[in-house]
Amino acid sequence: MFKTFIAGIMLGVVGAVAALYLFSAVDQHREASIITVEPNGVNTERFHVSLPADRIALGASAAGRSLPPGVDWPANPAFAGLNVELFKLRNAHNTVVGVASRIVATDAAPERVIEWLLHLPARGSVYVTMEPVSVDDDRRRGLLRQGTREFATLSGGMTERWIAAPGSGKGYGRIELKTRFSGASEVL
Amino acid sequence: MKYVLSLIVGMLVGVGLVVAAVLANPLAAPGTLSPLEVSSRPQLVLNYSLAPADAIVYTNNGEMRSTPRPDTVQQLHEAGISRTDVTVTTMSGGTGETRAIGVKFASLSQSTRLLRNELMIDSVWHVYVSGGGTFIVGQRENHFGYLRTVVLPAMWSASKQWRGLWRGNVSSGPGLLGTGRFAGGSGEFAGLDADVIESHTVRAYSAESGPVAREGQLLVELPVAGEAGDDLP
Repeated sequence: MFKTFIAGIMLGVVGAVAALYLFSAVDQHREASIITVEPNGVNTERFHVSLPADRIALGASAAGRSLPPGVDWPANPAFAGLNVELFKLRNAHNTVVGVASRIVATDAAPERVIEWLLHLPARGSVYVTMEPVSVDDDRRRGLLRQGTREFATLSGGMTERWIAAPGSGKGYGRIELKTRFSGASEVL
Repeated sequence: MKYVLSLIVGMLVGVGLVVAAVLANPLAAPGTLSPLEVSSRPQLVLNYSLAPADAIVYTNNGEMRSTPRPDTVQQLHEAGISRTDVTVTTMSGGTGETRAIGVKFASLSQSTRLLRNELMIDSVWHVYVSGGGTFIVGQRENHFGYLRTVVLPAMWSASKQWRGLWRGNVSSGPGLLGTGRFAGGSGEFAGLDADVIESHTVRAYSAESGPVAREGQLLVELPVAGEAGDDLP
């Protein structure tokens, strides 16, 4: 019986080590990426934010503008020109795949600063700096400044576009984000 | 029957030995000296509280010890983001004045390997520094030391509390020295790439409500003018 007990200990040790080695303690859910590859090799992917449903929070210096109720945004004049929004991010199938922050600052540079940080937990993050002036009334272009994990070696850009919901009031609609990324050329 | 019973008890003891060995591994002690602290280059230091009660906005999937703040904020129930925390907090400079507002997204990582003493989190900061500009910090964090020294003792304690002093660098890459990656976006940080270390100091933790007194620090090693390129002649 003692030999069986010792064999059990060995089995337990080997089984536990094998389980810890082979299986991750974390199983991060990943939706299939909906990517279109253009003839020139650029990967295009669309995301969107439905408003107001996907807004997690809005921090703004203007009194009474912060959302949801209860957000105690600092009244510090150092942040007078700052506007921070947090969103849930959806893919083309309308499934939430990440979170995003959009920062608008009017005092950080000679021109207005507009930036997106898209965080897709199963894939990585994308940091895009937008042009201060929009292409037309509702579309703005930006450049991928830095990516992490599967976006770390990519370059390219993103456009944001506001599409108002027909027949709804102000603030109802969606922000469409279209990314166009390509990988670094490989030296043969 | 007694042989089966002895085998099962033996297996449980074996599993327990592995768990004890993983938790007691002396090589898993967190680094407390940042590789950037010995640097002579200019540094940007930002301090902040990591207690959810001190955050401007904090949210998660609603099933964690730390409760979202304010309680009207949306929770992250969807499968794709249910293992992600979102924090918005003020950050102060070295002299204590409020200098910045930071947004942090932190997600449990599939690269977690407890056997290697790695409880990994993929995180990214989006920071606005008043009068300075904007930047992000992307990094992998290892919270195993925090789990082992703070969280588990609090859970096993009769009072469900831990009090003491734990300090460690949580940054664990992607830089070669375990540093995170800084990328400047606008203002004086525009175009800058640098190394960054995030360290945490914990003084009190509740197994029921999460961190009570937990501060963090971002230490960024800024490049010196004219030193940004690594081009060889």
